[in-house]
Amino acid sequence: MAMLIATWKHCVYVFATGLEDEVDTFQEEHERERHRGKRRDGERAKKKKRGNGEGRKRASRAGREEEKLQARREKKGRRKKSSSDQQAEGREGDEADQPTTKSSKAAKTRKNVKNEKTRKVEKEEKEDEADDEERNRKRKKKHGSNKKEENVEDGNTHTVKEKAGEVKKKKHKKVVETSSEKETSEEEDNEEEDSEEKEVRPETLTPEELETLKEAVDERKKLIQGLRGKPWAMKKKLVTLRESQEFVEKYEGALGKGKGRKLYAYKIMMTKKWMKFKRDFENFKTACIPWEMKIKEIESHFGSSVASYFIFLRWMYGINMILFCLTFGLVMVPEALMGRPYGTIPRKTVPRAEAPSAMDFAVLWDFGGYAQYSVLFYGYYNNQRAIGWLKFRMPLSYFLVGVGTVAYSYMVVIRTMARNANESGVGDDNSFNFSWKMFTSWDYLIGNPETADNKFASITTIFKEAILEEQESRKDDNIHLTRFLRVLANFLVLCCLAGSGYLIYFVVRRSQKFALDGLENHTWWERNEVNMVMSLLGMFCPMLFDVISALENYHPRVALQWQLGRIFALFLGNLYTFIIALMDEINLKREEENIVKFNITTWEASLYNISASENSTSPPVTIQPADVPRGPCWETMVGQEFVRLIISDTMTTYITLLIGDFLRAVLVRFLNYCWCWDLEAGFPSYSEFDVSGNVLGLIFNQGMIWMGAFYAPCLPALNLLRLHVSMVFKASGSNNFYMAMLLVILFLSTLPAIYTIVTIPPSFDCGPFSGKKRMFDVIQETLESDFPAWFSKVFSSASNPGLVLPFILLMVLAIYYLQSTSKSYKEANVDLKKKLQTQNEENKKKNKLAALKAQMDLEEARKAASPSAEHQKNNNASPDQEADEEEDRDRSQRMYRSKNRRSPPPHRHDGQLPATRAPVPRNYPHGNQGFAGYLPSFPRENEARMHRVPSLQRH
Amino acid sequence: MSMSFFIHLFSAHKRFTELLTKDEKDLPNNRVPMERILTLPELKSNPFRKRICNVFSTSEYKDGGLTFEDFLDLLSAFSDSATLEIKSHYAFRIFDFDDDGTLDCGDLEKLVNCLTGETDDTRLTPEEMRQLINNILEESDIDKDGTVNLSEFQHVISRSPDFVSSFKIVL
Repeated sequence: MAMLIATWKHCVYVFATGLEDEVDTFQEEHERERHRGKRRDGERAKKKKRGNGEGRKRASRAGREEEKLQARREKKGRRKKSSSDQQAEGREGDEADQPTTKSSKAAKTRKNVKNEKTRKVEKEEKEDEADDEERNRKRKKKHGSNKKEENVEDGNTHTVKEKAGEVKKKKHKKVVETSSEKETSEEEDNEEEDSEEKEVRPETLTPEELETLKEAVDERKKLIQGLRGKPWAMKKKLVTLRESQEFVEKYEGALGKGKGRKLYAYKIMMTKKWMKFKRDFENFKTACIPWEMKIKEIESHFGSSVASYFIFLRWMYGINMILFCLTFGLVMVPEALMGRPYGTIPRKTVPRAEAPSAMDFAVLWDFGGYAQYSVLFYGYYNNQRAIGWLKFRMPLSYFLVGVGTVAYSYMVVIRTMARNANESGVGDDNSFNFSWKMFTSWDYLIGNPETADNKFASITTIFKEAILEEQESRKDDNIHLTRFLRVLANFLVLCCLAGSGYLIYFVVRRSQKFALDGLENHTWWERNEVNMVMSLLGMFCPMLFDVISALENYHPRVALQWQLGRIFALFLGNLYTFIIALMDEINLKREEENIVKFNITTWEASLYNISASENSTSPPVTIQPADVPRGPCWETMVGQEFVRLIISDTMTTYITLLIGDFLRAVLVRFLNYCWCWDLEAGFPSYSEFDVSGNVLGLIFNQGMIWMGAFYAPCLPALNLLRLHVSMVFKASGSNNFYMAMLLVILFLSTLPAIYTIVTIPPSFDCGPFSGKKRMFDVIQETLESDFPAWFSKVFSSASNPGLVLPFILLMVLAIYYLQSTSKSYKEANVDLKKKLQTQNEENKKKNKLAALKAQMDLEEARKAASPSAEHQKNNNASPDQEADEEEDRDRSQRMYRSKNRRSPPPHRHDGQLPATRAPVPRNYPHGNQGFAGYLPSFPRENEARMHRVPSLQRH
Repeated sequence: MSMSFFIHLFSAHKRFTELLTKDEKDLPNNRVPMERILTLPELKSNPFRKRICNVFSTSEYKDGGLTFEDFLDLLSAFSDSATLEIKSHYAFRIFDFDDDGTLDCGDLEKLVNCLTGETDDTRLTPEEMRQLINNILEESDIDKDGTVNLSEFQHVISRSPDFVSSFKIVL
């Protein structure tokens, strides 16, 4: 019984694909099939003559088909009733037909229409390469109506048939498997039929179909997502995008059912809105980035490296902005608004002795006088615990802002470094040295002809150097001379560094002497010696280093790094000598402070005595705060020094800019018209700014800010002003080298600040921490008075060494672990790279071998095919001649052929084989009929036979 | 669509129509010949300007003329938002002077000549050129077939730290 059902189904499928002859593989149908084949030939001829006319035979055939259609349309219901029914149908076939003639005609015409449709669809499909998935789906649909396809036979339908055949085979197998499977696949057929009339009805889809649909939709979605990354022209992208979007919209909605569909539509709408919002927000963000357009402009003139300097500058500016907001919002403004006003207490008043000159410009310029006794400096702040109606904890806020500034800077710098490291990835790898120089050295942003000329020259030198380097690395001679020169150069540089350090120390000491004498007795130079010397050293030493580095004969990139390192050392040395000198001064001030303290007690005692003695007669004298003797307040002094340093640094920058660059450029440009040699190309030319000097300057400046910000809250604000105007044209790759320098500077500049905060007791009569032993006592004080008792208990037990030490140990272990994993990752990376390379090579070899082999095979095949092709041509001759008069016949023969290629009936191999197989080659679009027929068709036949065999056995 | 997108589009369109002559402006979908495209200051000093026009041109005469659509394609490939894949694809096509799909010795030589400028004093000697090309092939020609194909090219480019930032044209 099962076998009969299978047989019946087989018939159905065969009809569905328009390949009735398939049936003839079954023994019992063998004879009938043959008979029908003949009949059909005749019928074709009739059809040709009469157009749509019908004969009994044709009708019977159509009827059978219609029956099958009906059977399918009515779903399984009838079939379920009894399998004997089906059997009867299957058996009767030809006979049970007469009454259905009319309906069969209708069915046929409908099918014709459908066929037309599918063909159109296919044409559209061809334009779209990316939707194989969909094409397969449509093909499946098509093979329901494939029968009519044979009327127009071309290469295209041929391939279609092939595919259909494959699909059919799959189905056939499925059918054989289980009966329930049969039902579903039957359903599938049904729906394929339906789907041509209506839209996809998700309720009727089988899970399998849903799966393929889902896959197709996913494919399209992926395509849409990846579309931006496709190197296609816009037009093509748009067409593809529209098509795939339509497809996704059409079918994705169908995937959900009922409520799900609504939800889905809602979801789609929301994602669209969200995307739009995100895009708008992105645009808004770019619009908010300051100087973005200006930097773009600079970029398009001078190339990306110049622009990167400005991006660095902008980044720096952003950091300073945030530091400024912190200090301004949490320290300066609250003190100015809520603290005691100016003149109420001694620390907020200009002393009587300084009062007459306190408003002089020279004094203010030096940040003395009124500037010194203002929110700009540490000394102005009162040690009152809470100020104003907000009970703002001023000293605590001051301390926390100081710490927060440093912490934030660390965070930002390290985060940026990590991001840069991520972006550059395996940036240091030197394996594509030449190729990178070749393929990526041109900066497409360069729009300025002069810049372009420079770029040409620099690229040429880079090439030449690279070649030389390559040659030199092969034969390394005269190593001793270069080594000697390098040692000499380093020695000279060290001398320079030591000299500059001593000079600064000397100058600072001298200025202290001057300060003791009183500044008024000295000239402007003597008063500003320290800053001027430091700025001048910072200006000329790098030039000296540049000259010295010519001795070393390094590769330019290495030379640049050495140069940067030396300038770094110089600046750092200068800064540290300055700090050491400052520390000396601080110690001096503290001694002075002790004396003042003693004096004050005696002064107070005398005051008390006076007031006590005169108590009875007169009211107590009110002492003006300006008259109160006060300590030197070393914190304010430190702040002042840093502010002065920054100011003078800015001044020198402008002056060098003005003289060194602007005036020179003006002179060169205008004098060039009346000079004896070409100034632009010759000696003075335009100033070539030393590459990274400016970035270094920025970095050091930032270091000074970090160092001094605690004692002069105005420093970030000052730096904002300074950065804003110092738009100097300079280039730098904003890579991690600079960021590392920044980090080092940050660390080194926070060291002295932390040292002073932790070890030196604050002044007794100025600043927010006056009266405390150490500045950080403010934390403890807050803990004790503002938090519940248990909190301070917890805090003190948490800071107990027994807990802290294990914690530190744990952190060290974690660092070690992370480091070792990152090392192993790196190794794995290298290994993978190697593997990839070898694999690439192997693949290439394999491909080449395969190609060679294929060629050889081809040759052989051609040789072997040439005689057989001759033979086949002879065989072909007769049907070809007949074809002109009898088209139908020929067509049917071709149909035979295509069927044969897929599944040659094994039992037929005896008699008819040559006749049926001979024309096979003509189905291939290849030029060479003989070999094309010979080569690919044979394996295919074998394959087909292998497919057949198991199915036969099951029957 | 957002404002800034339109601003960019308008500025691109403005720049493009400036290149058209008066009577051409009335015609829809017209093509600006390569000579006039090359007068754009952004392209003027680019050694690959002719190649860029040829690569982005959809003209059937292969004359490098650009329609507005081609022009937009060009700008989008050179924009900030283009991915590395797109950029490297077009870079490859620009460097592929003979349009045969691989960078062979001839292409590389032309490329070097473009990069070193037209003047004689910046040119490399034949010996240097030979050495340079050999080195490049040694590095990037992974399959050792004497040419650099697209995937090898992209492999090399993808590791480069500054390709994406320099393969840009801003109007």
